[in-house]
Amino acid sequence: MDKKYKVPIGPVHVGLKEPITAWLDLEGEKIVGATVRPGAIHRGIEFMARDRNPIQVIYLSERICGICSFSHVIAFLRAVEDAASIPVPPRAQYIRSLVLELERLHSHMLWAGVACYTIGFDSAFHLGMALREKVMDVLEVLSGNRVNYGVATVGGVRWDVTPELAKTVKQMVKYYKQEFAPFYDVVTADPIAKARLRDVGVLTYEEALRYSAVGPTARASGVRCDLRESSPYEAYGDFGVRAVVPQDYYGKAYGDVFDRFLVRVHEVYQSLDIIEKVIAGLPEGDIMWEKNLNKVLAFLKKAEGTGWASIEAPRGDDTHVVHLKGGDENVTWWKVRAPTYANAVSWPLMFRNNELADAPLIINSIDPCISCMERMLATDSTTGARKVVTRAELLEKCREKTRRLMQNGGR
Amino acid sequence: MMKLEKYLEILPRSLWVTTCNSGSCNGCDIEIVATISPRYDIERLGMKLVGTPRHADVLIVTGPVTKFMKEKLLRIYNQMPDPKAVVVVGNCGASGDVFYKSYNLEGPVDRIIPVDVYVHGCPPRPEAIIEGVAKAVLKLERLRGDLQKAGEGQ
Repeated sequence: MDKKYKVPIGPVHVGLKEPITAWLDLEGEKIVGATVRPGAIHRGIEFMARDRNPIQVIYLSERICGICSFSHVIAFLRAVEDAASIPVPPRAQYIRSLVLELERLHSHMLWAGVACYTIGFDSAFHLGMALREKVMDVLEVLSGNRVNYGVATVGGVRWDVTPELAKTVKQMVKYYKQEFAPFYDVVTADPIAKARLRDVGVLTYEEALRYSAVGPTARASGVRCDLRESSPYEAYGDFGVRAVVPQDYYGKAYGDVFDRFLVRVHEVYQSLDIIEKVIAGLPEGDIMWEKNLNKVLAFLKKAEGTGWASIEAPRGDDTHVVHLKGGDENVTWWKVRAPTYANAVSWPLMFRNNELADAPLIINSIDPCISCMERMLATDSTTGARKVVTRAELLEKCREKTRRLMQNGGR
Repeated sequence: MMKLEKYLEILPRSLWVTTCNSGSCNGCDIEIVATISPRYDIERLGMKLVGTPRHADVLIVTGPVTKFMKEKLLRIYNQMPDPKAVVVVGNCGASGDVFYKSYNLEGPVDRIIPVDVYVHGCPPRPEAIIEGVAKAVLKLERLRGDLQKAGEGQ
């Protein structure tokens, strides 16, 4: 085929749960090039945070993304605690680790289900979603909410793990150890599912390193990277977490969608082990550094400094940087680097030489959280041309504004 | 206040639902996915998520509408055949909620398209979403009656 086509996918598409646009260059059915345009649901969260104090920003950071909401909260809180030097009691650290792992469980099960749905394997999708309800119940018992938990606060957590809850969590672990294997077998033993997932959207080891893939996407390519192993935070130092890479289980890492599926499934088992260890080793003591919210706010108002934190969210490392200024109640600035932002760069590589029918599967395979990664994109309304502003252009625009302000006498 | 069972008694036929994420955090979207999963199983009520607005009776909108998505949301709404109903799921689509001060929002949704049912919660529980869609049935029935009358007059 000599003729080339340009096919747009998105922003609203059946295979995508969130708005993102990808333009695919096609030769027949084969994808030869891809352009990805994010920015459809940019809400300016970092900007909004500048009008709010750190306690209010907790609830804003929770709503960066509804699936990895607790990861964003913990990354933000660790950055604030780093900036203001606030210690977290050990029991609170254990409870935070517990909720982080529960969140990883539900996120990976959701992904595994949606991956099956994308290839049209609806019975496996419903099986995965039925399994996922158990961990949602545990989260609801713990926090009262199914999605945005509101568990953590500055210097600790708001809800304690009671003996009854510990019992519920143990039952959940037992349930999953029995019930998760059939789901895993149904998908991995199915020849059609394997044919659809194997050798699709390949990202090699070198490419994963060069394009800074993170999380399960990088691990599926054989890169041994897991922040819970390399720089343990909260209580993870006590559990001896090892990064899950396919070569440890199957001898070889292909870096395709099937490997991404396997990595996530094995991480479900790993999370179950961690949850068991958390419940067994839960230390006694306080769950908050300071119970009086007004005192916390007064302390944060006086605090000065920049803090950062990087944690392993279900999709990869999530980095938050926060600056607090002494005497200012609000967050001075806040920077979020969500894992999808790093992973989306490797999309065009994964698309190469695949069929058009696999495009939604490949987009879903990095478990994209579009709402996490939205960034600014300038639109020239006079010509209708769309372009992403480069750093040099921004610098030029910035200087232009300075000149304009100088001419207008500072207005 | 009518009970949920009453709404379902008058449910005349299967409702097909389509969704549009206009800038939400995903929280409502995963609850919509949970709604079609076996625990809540809206298919037992004949409801179904469809891929295109051209097949749908009800549009579920999540999220405060961003500048980019405003035009897309309007296009999706205009593609739906009459009679149609719009359900807003989540607080941010109803009022802006935590995103109320953003510079990039055109919403809430009712500034862009007419909304029939609001489902509150951040995110609402799947039961609430089912109730919201069931409430849209009343509006659809009324619209269908109006359309029939208009047809008889001609």
